[in-house]
Amino acid sequence: MSARRRGISTALAILILIVLLFPVYWMVNTSLQPNGATVTAQWFPFDPSFHGYEVALAEQAGNILTSVLVASGSVVLTLFVAAPAAYAIAQALPRRSGPLMLVVLVTQMIPGIVVANALYVWYSDLGLLNTIPGLILADSTAGIPFAIIILQAFMAGLPVGVLEAARMDGAGQLRVFLSIAVPMSRNALITSGLFAFLFSWSDFLFALTLTTSPDVRPVTLGIYSYLGAYVNDWSPVMATSVLASLPAVVLLLVAQKYIAAGTTAGAVK
Amino acid sequence: MTLQAAQGGAVSAAPPSRIPDRRRVLTMRRRTWIASALFLLPAVAYIVLFFGAPIVKNLTMGFQDYTTATFYNGEAPWVGFQNYVDMFESPVFSIALSNTFVFTIASIAGQFVIGLAFAVFFRRRFPLAGPIRALMLLPWLLPLIVTGAIWKWLLDKDSGAINRILEALHLTSTGIPWLDSPSLALLSVILVNIWIGIPFNLTIFYSGLQSIPDELYEAASLDGATGWKAFRHITWPMLRPVTNVVLVLGVVYTLKVLDIILGLTNGGPANATQTLATLSYNLSFTQFEFGQGAAVSNVLILISLLFAAVYLRLSRRSEAAE
Repeated sequence: MSARRRGISTALAILILIVLLFPVYWMVNTSLQPNGATVTAQWFPFDPSFHGYEVALAEQAGNILTSVLVASGSVVLTLFVAAPAAYAIAQALPRRSGPLMLVVLVTQMIPGIVVANALYVWYSDLGLLNTIPGLILADSTAGIPFAIIILQAFMAGLPVGVLEAARMDGAGQLRVFLSIAVPMSRNALITSGLFAFLFSWSDFLFALTLTTSPDVRPVTLGIYSYLGAYVNDWSPVMATSVLASLPAVVLLLVAQKYIAAGTTAGAVK
Repeated sequence: MTLQAAQGGAVSAAPPSRIPDRRRVLTMRRRTWIASALFLLPAVAYIVLFFGAPIVKNLTMGFQDYTTATFYNGEAPWVGFQNYVDMFESPVFSIALSNTFVFTIASIAGQFVIGLAFAVFFRRRFPLAGPIRALMLLPWLLPLIVTGAIWKWLLDKDSGAINRILEALHLTSTGIPWLDSPSLALLSVILVNIWIGIPFNLTIFYSGLQSIPDELYEAASLDGATGWKAFRHITWPMLRPVTNVVLVLGVVYTLKVLDIILGLTNGGPANATQTLATLSYNLSFTQFEFGQGAAVSNVLILISLLFAAVYLRLSRRSEAAE
């Protein structure tokens, strides 16, 4: 391709990017508009105001903290459940991995509302409604199958010789898993953990159905409650949205290679 | 807990050297088997409790009169197929069913075509292609309710940016009621859902394109096949396994969509954007008719399972082809 055609391609790609990301820009722009000016929002935040963020933090700081706790809890639960299972499927039961992984794939296809219907009934009996552990357990329905898929694919590729040698030296399965398989699977564990955080942070359905009081309310539900009524000042809503988008942005910038790996692994593998 | 048990077992059975080799191998195999079972236990328990049991619960609730009263007196009388009779007789159900159909097909068609076109475009090697492609993932990573909030504001009839842009371009003089008009709302929700799905489709197709060898295109260009011809005779057939997976997964994921619709329209106006997922939610959680909500979600399970079966057949066939 000639230099000129390559230049045109880049220009076209940037144009596509601008059109595609305009909504994201508009969120940031609106979040910086002064009080009451969102209806006539300027195209650029020439005169940025942090009024939206002040309101957002005053009203949503507690909800954001709840989201952080729930999402972090989900990461721990997801890795604790998924990593040993993925290791066992990949290393000890390679011949049965097909049917086992099919079960995992099918769980990803179950609509969340089905799970929510049932969990609400059980949670209300068990007193798990409006609790952080209840949300952690429910939110991990996205992370756990995904993590098993990613980790199983990765752990199936671990060099058999190293693991076998450790076993011959008398190391128990747990020792082999913890001191060899886990460190060697670091990247896959990071990818699964990041996605578990993102899935749980983004959860809306379980936040909506499994909480009934403002005491335990993730930030996604905070945004939804803004949308319920007529909105006359959009800057706090968009400021909250910006804050709720931060994990996604940070992950995209800091952990881009893991994100790309996760996106394709989830579907193609 | 289970991990400690596994460790305990392993440590106490450290290899005593006098056991004959065959027995040693056997006990080792058995130990491996027990350890694997313990390793699998948390995942099996979780999948049974959080996926298996809820499906069973929905199936049984579908035959029960399960309402707010049930939570107080614990009684949920069996009503046979009454919930299903009510469901099929209610006009909202048929609206939701057809909306689900239109929403799913149109969303996937849009995401598929645009995602594939972008993937083919990004296959050209040009400066900044990598970082631009990475940034395009952003819409897919945002929490869906954030996307709902952004687009509700963008599509606002009076001061939304979309109408302001259209007015500035003199394409319309009165604000278009994107989300307030029953005839436009479904289209708007579909457009938003396409926006969300483009990055995912782009990424999957792009990685699929990477596996097509350059030599094929070089050979074809010698025969005069470039551009559209090369796409039709090389790219499209070579991408076949990827397109199958993308389409089936797309259907299964789109059927589940709830966040965006609730954020944008709450299923309204006048049920114009009500889908099976939102209807099930509304019946269970705004009308507290859990039996009826379960009946609707069982229809959703049935459709999802149908496509899951298609997916399994396709993936088995592509495995066999390998």
